[in-house]
Amino acid sequence: MSKILKCHPGIGDKTEGIVLCANDNFSARYDLDRIKGVFSRPQHKLFGKSYKNKILVLNESKGGVASAWMLYEMKVRDVVPKAILFNKANTILAQGAAHANLTMCDRFIDGDITSLLKTGDKVIVDPSGGYIEII
Amino acid sequence: MHLNDEEKSMLNGDFGKAKKWALEHQIKVGSFFSARKFVNVSQAHMMVDPESIGQAGVIFLEDLVNKGAKVSIPTITDPRGVDLNYYKPLGQTEEMAEIDRRTIKACTSMGIMMTDTCVNYQTIMPPVYGEHVAYGDTGVVIYSNSVCGARSNFEGGPSALAAGLTGRTPDYGLHLDENRLPTKRFCVKYQPKDLTDWGILGAIIGKQLGSYWEVPIVEALEVVPNSDEMKHLGAAMASYGSTPLFHLHKITPEAKNLKIEQFDNLDLIDINSSDFESLKSLFGRKGDKIDVVVFAAPQLSIVEMQKVASLSKDKSFKVPVIVCTSPQVYADSLRMGFIEKIENSGAKVLQGTCFYQQYAREIGEANGWKKLLSNSTKIVNILGGYGYAPALASMENCILGAVKGEIV
Repeated sequence: MSKILKCHPGIGDKTEGIVLCANDNFSARYDLDRIKGVFSRPQHKLFGKSYKNKILVLNESKGGVASAWMLYEMKVRDVVPKAILFNKANTILAQGAAHANLTMCDRFIDGDITSLLKTGDKVIVDPSGGYIEII
Repeated sequence: MHLNDEEKSMLNGDFGKAKKWALEHQIKVGSFFSARKFVNVSQAHMMVDPESIGQAGVIFLEDLVNKGAKVSIPTITDPRGVDLNYYKPLGQTEEMAEIDRRTIKACTSMGIMMTDTCVNYQTIMPPVYGEHVAYGDTGVVIYSNSVCGARSNFEGGPSALAAGLTGRTPDYGLHLDENRLPTKRFCVKYQPKDLTDWGILGAIIGKQLGSYWEVPIVEALEVVPNSDEMKHLGAAMASYGSTPLFHLHKITPEAKNLKIEQFDNLDLIDINSSDFESLKSLFGRKGDKIDVVVFAAPQLSIVEMQKVASLSKDKSFKVPVIVCTSPQVYADSLRMGFIEKIENSGAKVLQGTCFYQQYAREIGEANGWKKLLSNSTKIVNILGGYGYAPALASMENCILGAVKGEIV
């Protein structure tokens, strides 16, 4: 049976995919090998994991402004998550998602999204509707 | 979002395709953060280094130029990724340089000033209290908000460019009074002694905040930090915590208007000397070998350049030493003889770049650099993800380490 989780209206197109989830934060500059499409920061809980075409689920966005350009560059090369879900996005990641037309949602009403979802879940993300559906 | 007549015209394309793109982008961002309207900004500062934007970003910029894009307010740039006078010796490729050249050409065509600096608050035109701006570079934003009392969100490259084109930004986040009040209190039990200590203090606080939406107030500081100390404090806090604003009780301008009693409901978190030691212990140990020493992040001020020059006098470095400063400070340092003193010891001073923004992974691989020593608490945080094993020491010990080839 599917389950709906409501959030603040997000950015980008409706999409669906498989979740890659961790209770950790995110920066495209600090944490990724963007050429290989994997987490490259040894301390990150998703170290070594591929994020390509995943619904990436993390706690908050962190760090520098570079991620805004980087999301666009990743999207053009098609080595990019299908969507990113945060408990709270910072301004940079939201701006980057807006520029790249990458699906992004945050502020989930039911609580910590990194607890509500687990790696391997299949979900539909609907930013304009302000919800995700676990299917 | 409410749009005034001018904004409706921009959205309609009456001011050209470039401003139409910019306003559409800003509406997407403003809607995400529930902004009700736009606020005019007086300056924009754009991060546009070639590693971040890549081929895709350059093509995007060139397309905007073809659409007639011209900035409508003073718009300046963050450090470049390539010092075009010195890139091959670092192992940077012609392709990297070419992205940079094309970026510079596109930006200047739009009327953007290539200041190439992350210390514009020390070298270009610092914002004043209450001034709304659209700045990129987290270090620039946190300094401008906290020390100057200006108002800016972290504006990533596309958003800073959009603000430069439209002269406004969505009115959300740090532009609003309610998001500038303290949410966490910290009591300093160990007084920072040097620039690295100020950076460590920023890191300790940033790690505990871990969110763009938290605002710390720091109490019990016995000294008023100078501009370079504020710079390292803020840059590290923003790096570790994504933090855009801090208050120092009785020191920073907005903190002077706050009654601390109003925040009695917030827990007071002590910061002890053991917290400093704990953070330092993450980054290198005495006797560890070093491959390269870097002074950067943020770019060095003229005062830091003088100190590096003084410490480098009569020294001969065993490992490469790279010093990054702004073109403005570089010119003064050249005139005052600091560049000569630093480079006579075997170091290299780069202008208009910052090490972590200049293809750090590729430079490291090309030169076999893994163990990197710096006095910047910010850079040691970033470079772990770029394949380095970074170490942290004071400026003095970085110089001594460069002479010996190991951490002293």
